[in-house]
Amino acid sequence: MPQIQIPSPLRQYSGKQASVAVPATTVGEALAVLVTQHPDLKRHLYTEEGKLRAFVNVYVNDEDMRYLQKEATALNDGDTISIVPSIAGGCC
Amino acid sequence: MLKLSQSAHISLRQHGEETYPYECCGVLLGRFDDDGSRTVARVAPCGNTRADSPHNRYSIDPKELIGIQREGRERGEDIVGFYHSHPDHPAQWSPTDLAEAHWFGCSYVITSVEQGKAAITNSFELVGTDEAEKKFEDEEIRLV
Repeated sequence: MPQIQIPSPLRQYSGKQASVAVPATTVGEALAVLVTQHPDLKRHLYTEEGKLRAFVNVYVNDEDMRYLQKEATALNDGDTISIVPSIAGGCC
Repeated sequence: MLKLSQSAHISLRQHGEETYPYECCGVLLGRFDDDGSRTVARVAPCGNTRADSPHNRYSIDPKELIGIQREGRERGEDIVGFYHSHPDHPAQWSPTDLAEAHWFGCSYVITSVEQGKAAITNSFELVGTDEAEKKFEDEEIRLV
């Protein structure tokens, strides 16, 4: 079953789990299962319009899903999905 | 509070000197303590992907972060914060730093680098529960 890695700031909304196994065949399905199991995660990942927040990166193994087939990206058993909020800034 | 070893403190400050006049950036790996503080076990320097404006912007490639996270997990370490430098600017968070910060409960360490020499290093914890009301709070850096 694919696993979703939860970054530390969001674990308070995933029952303190760092990794959640999801029965899913696509990335979109996996994220939908995740927020169904852990509804408090939804507003941190999605806008009110239901779009993934711009600063939330989703990787399948080592590939950005935006450069694969986005939410339609197929998953295999043992795939790892990483949710990575962006890390950026600057002095002025 | 952020607990840093002397060597980690030196390492992240040196990184800022090495990349001057550009911003450096990296990841702090360690553990979240029960008392709400963070203890850093390791500093992982990263590349700055903001090649368009590296003197006043930084960004860490998520792919690089995933690799660091994976290696940390194998050692039982978590991502507890990040660091970057402000070349010839104060070691205070900027509006850009706050707007682009999304790792609640983590430390954001900033070192001012003046004329190529690391000057002041400060740390700020990103607090709040959502984007609308997030803020940085000053936190003590304790060298251990």
